[in-house]
Amino acid sequence: MKFKALGLAALGAAAMTTAAALPAAAVDKQFVPGLMYRSGPYAPNGIPFANGFSDYFRMINAKGGINGVEIEYEECDTAYNNDRGVECYERLKRPGAAAITPLSTGITYALIDRATADKIPVLSMGYGRTAGSDGTVFPYVFTLPATYWSGADVIVNYIAQKEGGYENLKGKKIALVYHDSAYGKEPIGTLEALAEKHGFSFHPFPVAHPGLEQKATWLQIGRQVRPDWTAMWGWGVMNSTAIKEAAAVGYPMDKFIGIWWSGSEQDVTPAGAQAVGYKSLNFHGTGTDFPAIQDILTLVHDAGNGTGPREEVGTVLYNRGVMNAAVITEAIRTAQGIHGEKPLTGEQIRDGFEALNITEARLADKGMAGFMEPIQITCADHEGTGRAFVQQWDGSTWEPVSEWVEPNREGLLRPMIEEAAAAYAAEKGITPRTCN
Amino acid sequence: MLYREAGQFKTSYGADQAIFPIRQDQIAIALMAAIAVLAVPALASEYFLETIFVPFLVFAMAALGLNILTGYCGQLSLGTGGFMACGAFFSYKLTVAFPELHIIIVFLLAGLGTAGVGVLFGLPSLRIKGFYLAVATLAAQFFLVWMFNKFDWWTNYSSSGVISAPPRELIPGIFITGNQADPVTKYLFLLGFVAVLALVAKNLVRSRIGRTWMAIRDMDIAAEIIGIRPLWAKLSAFAVSSFYIGISGALWAFVYTGSVEALAFEINRSFQVLFMIIIGGLGSILGSFLGAAFIVLLPILLNNGMLAIDPTISTALVSHIEFMIFGALIIFFLIVEPHGLARLWQIAKEKLRLWPFPY
Amino acid sequence: MNPTAIRFGIWILVTPVLIAALGFGFKGLAAVDSSLFFAWGYFIEVLIAGLLQGVMYSLVALGFVLIFKASGIFNFAQGSMVLFAALTMVGFIEMGLHWTLSFVVTAGVMVLVALAIERVVLRPLVNQPHIILFMATIGIFYFLDGFGQTLWGSDVKVLDIGISKAPIIVAEGVFENGLLINSFDLVAALVGAVLVAVLAIFFQYTRVGRALRAVADDHQAALSVGIPLKTIWAIVWSVAGIVALVAGIMWGSKAGVQFSLALIALKALPVLILGGFTSIPGAIIGGLIIGAGEQLAEVFLGPLFGGAIQDWFAYMLALVFLLFRPQGLFGEKIIERI
Repeated sequence: MKFKALGLAALGAAAMTTAAALPAAAVDKQFVPGLMYRSGPYAPNGIPFANGFSDYFRMINAKGGINGVEIEYEECDTAYNNDRGVECYERLKRPGAAAITPLSTGITYALIDRATADKIPVLSMGYGRTAGSDGTVFPYVFTLPATYWSGADVIVNYIAQKEGGYENLKGKKIALVYHDSAYGKEPIGTLEALAEKHGFSFHPFPVAHPGLEQKATWLQIGRQVRPDWTAMWGWGVMNSTAIKEAAAVGYPMDKFIGIWWSGSEQDVTPAGAQAVGYKSLNFHGTGTDFPAIQDILTLVHDAGNGTGPREEVGTVLYNRGVMNAAVITEAIRTAQGIHGEKPLTGEQIRDGFEALNITEARLADKGMAGFMEPIQITCADHEGTGRAFVQQWDGSTWEPVSEWVEPNREGLLRPMIEEAAAAYAAEKGITPRTCN
Repeated sequence: MLYREAGQFKTSYGADQAIFPIRQDQIAIALMAAIAVLAVPALASEYFLETIFVPFLVFAMAALGLNILTGYCGQLSLGTGGFMACGAFFSYKLTVAFPELHIIIVFLLAGLGTAGVGVLFGLPSLRIKGFYLAVATLAAQFFLVWMFNKFDWWTNYSSSGVISAPPRELIPGIFITGNQADPVTKYLFLLGFVAVLALVAKNLVRSRIGRTWMAIRDMDIAAEIIGIRPLWAKLSAFAVSSFYIGISGALWAFVYTGSVEALAFEINRSFQVLFMIIIGGLGSILGSFLGAAFIVLLPILLNNGMLAIDPTISTALVSHIEFMIFGALIIFFLIVEPHGLARLWQIAKEKLRLWPFPY
Repeated sequence: MNPTAIRFGIWILVTPVLIAALGFGFKGLAAVDSSLFFAWGYFIEVLIAGLLQGVMYSLVALGFVLIFKASGIFNFAQGSMVLFAALTMVGFIEMGLHWTLSFVVTAGVMVLVALAIERVVLRPLVNQPHIILFMATIGIFYFLDGFGQTLWGSDVKVLDIGISKAPIIVAEGVFENGLLINSFDLVAALVGAVLVAVLAIFFQYTRVGRALRAVADDHQAALSVGIPLKTIWAIVWSVAGIVALVAGIMWGSKAGVQFSLALIALKALPVLILGGFTSIPGAIIGGLIIGAGEQLAEVFLGPLFGGAIQDWFAYMLALVFLLFRPQGLFGEKIIERI
């Protein structure tokens, strides 16, 4: 009896294996893979991003594709798990893949070598390996529009603005609450360098994954160190817990600034009224008042084709997914300008990324005027301006409260990036290419 | 009818004590070896090699290690992830400090280092037993991962705490780590390495030391009375087990993912390996392999299978259903055969002996 | 006076001395190392926060103890039962039920889950070794995780049952900055205390409770005097499910209801081990010790090593206690015979 049941189970498994071994291949479409997460501890934040990403491609297809070439989008669920991310990458990679979106700093680290060997560009938009923005060592990695090091510098520059100049930073205390992983550690070096330069004292506070436990951290911040400003590199449940614990020790919310991954509706709503006044960085618009987002609503959601619920359109992470998809679309379009209007290989699309020049006029054409900044990528610099603005939660929406803040790229960050990239090249035995 | 040992006479003790005493088994194993060495690299796509065969072999090594400790010596351990991290970071430091050292020697040294750590965290086992011992190993798990994550020295001061495997050659010109390494080379190297170490493990558990472990597992007080030293037996099990687990951690970082941060070895990794040995069969070398295959393959199969049946299904639903089926199948297998897949295999052999005329 | 009462009295007297000694220890350390900081008011504040946090761990640990006591099963699925209960409760609230009503309905759902687990998983696995049953509960863990999220989705859900979260500052005259206490944690501690009292009364004075204790003592003997083992197990799992629901409400309204809730089981393990697997008061005392210990360590020792030490410190603390009492503080003495 038992053996028959087992035999049937084995047969079923075998059938599934054969089914799984035959991936459908489309010839006349441009393939875009997406490494998203809709399960696991960070799913609440991963889902709106994934929906925005997928909806944008559906909108482009509804409009007839990029110069007539439709997008074929396929998703794989990584659950924010590095080895699952590698499995997803191997499953979705093929010569015709436009770009890899790892959506996790850890997975980005794991995929840089592989994607470079497979000649598929990696677009880690606002996350990932900061040194990757040095195009001479990392020809296949793109970190536009900003890296964590830029983000750290932007936060300090914003604080300096608020304090009335860099000289007033002297003697101030700035704390950093960070996710104790590759992601959260990225800004520490920059902040330490800035602390030395501007004369403020820097206090890092690690929070262990997943971040439900922050009582001790916030007792230290709110009752002992009492920093003038606190920055946060958090993700998922860590963000909302931090906001609640900060409120519980009475830390002033308007002195508390998160990185762009710590400023979405998912982070502030669980904290309710306590979160009012909390700030975070961002590099794109929120809300639905942009023609491109309106197109998604009419062409995708009204047609009953939306990936997620309609109310989610316009939220921070949804719009970030849209922006990420828009950048990939633009890279494909640029690449088509170079290599012809047909489905291209990853290697060809990399040329499109490197020649990327999204001007104001181009943004207006795409219906994204005011949604994001113009971006220009060069062979050596894969980051762009690195600028971001500060937004504040008013209890129902995220309101921008600053102009675009400029990081000190040429004077400070770029040399650090080049040094880190050179160290990587030496360890891996890579000869940096020359860019002229 | 086919699977009968009638007529196979052993004329020496050596032949009688062979690992595969039955001719049919020998043929089967030779056939499997031939398939693994010749057919798999020729037929399997890069996807299968990179995401199924390579992790399967790495996990099989970890499962072998844990099975020595938990299956043969009866000491429950939830520190596997921490010990794997030891192997990964030890070998990284070694190979960066001494680039000319051959990579296999680096792996073995990292394994030895991990064995030392294992003995240290095994000391409480002399006083604490059962589920209570799990806490000692959990302390190791959390402490070790924290240590590798916290102190930059382990990652050569990389800003994000991620190590990535430098390219190393097996023989001049043939890379097994780094991005020049070919999936087929990696697979064949792992296959050989794991096969040799599995053979060592098999002989170890058949030897005197293996028997002392099993005596301790079955009842430690009784074992002590018949003259087995629990201190020596338990600590040697911790050492050998950690040696294997450490090497598997090194292989994970160097051959499988190529770059790794300490968080890759968090508590879930420990549970995963524990599943493997329980599903595969506690106290069975074969079970370690079967369990590793089951746990590595099943989620990927479920995920791909559901997508193949209906490509429009949402990935979120796929992941959740994958969780449900995975859980349900674990329970199903435990109910059908609590002693694991290895035991099922044994029953199948018994039945095969009488086939097609069972009585 | 019986010996237990005397021992209890001694501990009540000794504990403040121990705490003061700890305070002086930290003070000494802070005097030696400049990265550390110490003030008595702050020390007491952290201690109180830690104790209250500890009660939150105890809420989760209680569920483990109930099941282990009655069936010897180490129920790894307790964490996902917490998540599942909280998700279900929020789901009903979102459908428009008042939270008290949806509490009752969810409790009913948890009883159904318990019955299903008993019938489908436990009954076929009677008499298997502990590790196999442990593994089976891990199977339940995966199943419930997937099932809960399939039913209710994986967005962050807000569970608000109207407990104030404002900080309270007391004793401002005594210490420089006063003592900060979180009102939510106080309420949670109160709920924990009530829950333990109710469980204690249930076990001590009801017919079912006596049967449960009999089963916990000896399965065979309980069976032979006519106690139905299967019913008892269903009841225990139901009670554990309701305890999970209470824990889910407290943790859910603290952190939002989402997948990560299932991971708090890991915070309950050291509590459980320190207190002993079979003791309800042990779960509470263990929670207090672990909660206070890890918070104090993180705040006063953490800066020495770069922080985030509380996870492993909890386990190390439990390990140190185990070296002296291998069965936990209040666990049953392990007697081995050949």
